[in-house]
Amino acid sequence: MELRERYEEDLALVLGLPAWLGLLVALAVLVLFPLLAPRYLVYIVTLMAIHILVAIGLNLLTGYTGQISLGHAGFVAIGAYTAGLLMVRVGVPFPFAFLLSGFSAAFFGFLLGLPVLRLTGPYLTIATLGFGIAVHQVLTNWEGLSGGRMGLFIPKPSIGPWTLASEAALYYLAVGTTGVLTWIAYNLVRSHIGRAFVAIRDSDVAAEVMGVNLMVYKTLAFGLSAFYAGVAGALQGHLLGYIEPQMFTLFESIYYFSMIVVGGLGTIPGSILGAVLMTILPQVLSGLREWLPIVYGGTIIFIMAVEPWGLYGRWLRIKWWLKTWPF
Amino acid sequence: MGQSLLEVKDLTIRFGGIAALAGVDLTVEEGELVALIGPNGAGKTTLFNCLCGIYRPDRGEMRFAGHDLRGLRPDAIARLGISRTFQNIELFRNMTALDNILLARHIHMRVGFWDAALATSRWWREEVRHRARAEEILDFLDLQAARHRRVADLPIGQQKLVELGRALALEPKLLLLDEPSSGMTAEEKEDLVFRIKDILEELGITIVLVEHDLKLVMGIAQRVIVLDHGQVIAEGTPAEVQQHPDVIRAYLGEESLS
Ligand SMILES: Nc1ncnc2c1ncn2[C@@H]1O[C@H](COP(=O)(O)OP(=O)(O)OP(=O)(O)O)[C@@H](O)[C@H]1O
Ligand SMILES: [Mg+2]
Repeated sequence: MELRERYEEDLALVLGLPAWLGLLVALAVLVLFPLLAPRYLVYIVTLMAIHILVAIGLNLLTGYTGQISLGHAGFVAIGAYTAGLLMVRVGVPFPFAFLLSGFSAAFFGFLLGLPVLRLTGPYLTIATLGFGIAVHQVLTNWEGLSGGRMGLFIPKPSIGPWTLASEAALYYLAVGTTGVLTWIAYNLVRSHIGRAFVAIRDSDVAAEVMGVNLMVYKTLAFGLSAFYAGVAGALQGHLLGYIEPQMFTLFESIYYFSMIVVGGLGTIPGSILGAVLMTILPQVLSGLREWLPIVYGGTIIFIMAVEPWGLYGRWLRIKWWLKTWPF
Repeated sequence: MGQSLLEVKDLTIRFGGIAALAGVDLTVEEGELVALIGPNGAGKTTLFNCLCGIYRPDRGEMRFAGHDLRGLRPDAIARLGISRTFQNIELFRNMTALDNILLARHIHMRVGFWDAALATSRWWREEVRHRARAEEILDFLDLQAARHRRVADLPIGQQKLVELGRALALEPKLLLLDEPSSGMTAEEKEDLVFRIKDILEELGITIVLVEHDLKLVMGIAQRVIVLDHGQVIAEGTPAEVQQHPDVIRAYLGEESLS
């Protein structure tokens, strides 16, 4: 009986009174934030929430399952354009268009996952890179569909009679969505599904011999990862009110990749940390726009070389060191 | 006829010029411990890889508990009840010992994607049930202390045990052990012998054991099959096999016979 309780404690996400209090305070701060903070900061935190979604999705695929993707901007674009086109051209109400943005990106994720099942390492990376570039090219050149370089104006989302027009409303939409999807990601990675992902990353032969269907789980990782990116794309469209193909280039894919490398591969807190830091960075360096690609590239190389587990990994080690300190 | 758990007929597989297996025939009865021995490069690991679906044999038959194994994917074969360990440890290096063992409960999970995603009470019950099973295996192998440690940080002997535990967690009917004692200390080897006997007698799992340590083999095997250059050159009780001239030749070379 005593043991049984301990298993459940091991499984719990939030354990003990201080942790619950901390969570409550964090939630209260998140709820009150847009009422108190300047509009610019509300916008930045909304953007952070969107980036966190992409980073968690990418980390499920790359950090957990070990399949490197340098084409995630393609999935973000598919989500943004699905939601935008469904609302503008077809008149689909926002909640459905929003959901479909995730599912259409997931569908393309599955499709990409099927042929790349046989690819590993650099070949897979090149395939995903090609996918991202292809999506950008299609959106740029198929003007009948996407509006091409002219872009597409995205209406404010509305749920029934309520229009989410203000910064605060969009903030709640983005932060709420990210909160729910982060919780789901946590649940998945501590379940047999997350174990199967990590098993594939560490030894795909052993995973298969122990009963994990590689095709199912690799395509699931692709689909899931793309779902997160697609939802983020839809949110980004609503936040900016406008989308055009130049927002979804290889540069953005590398930007997303740098988030998970900086924060920490294969962890959810690392995804969050990396997304937050990499959202702040371009704001701080706003005078150096042209240099950003070099900054991101340099950051990836630097972190990979010095701290392969990312900043979250470093933090865990510092925490461990403090705990054991005088000894 | 044909009630053997495993039946292999005329199994052949080539890599480039050489036949790693050249017409292997063998059967394994339910509940027995068969040792598979032979010099380096004899084809022992290749046979395991064929049985697990990692390699596709060029010719021959493999039947397990009434199922044809040819053309099946490794995960489908795992579901039929064949599990194994690897000669060169193939653990999930960054997972804990516990998670390695839990992973092998995968085929027994009775919850789907949505139960896991939403952490339903059904998922909790299922997860706790498999945790309890994994803890039993950790206890059985004396691995409690390694439970929450990353397996790559464990000594080789313990890693070998985690791999054994992972193979058991699948609850197989047939267990293929590929040199489980290599890299173990003498003491660890002694323990291993008792554990293998327990697996056979208490858990009732049929075992095929590939092992270079002949003393260990002769002590526990009921039957020994000797493989050389991809062919079965002898088969019988440990005592019979040790007398067999072909075996002595294969192991010690021509001159030892004279
Ligand atoms: N994937 C492969 N590609 C090429 N040759 C292979 C492959 N797998 C096995 N072989 C060859 O098949 C033969 C049998 O190898 P195998 O690993 O089955 O031997 P073994 O009996 O397990 O030997 P050991 O005792 O050294 O483990 C060897 O000559 C080996 O080089
Ligand atoms: Mg071998």
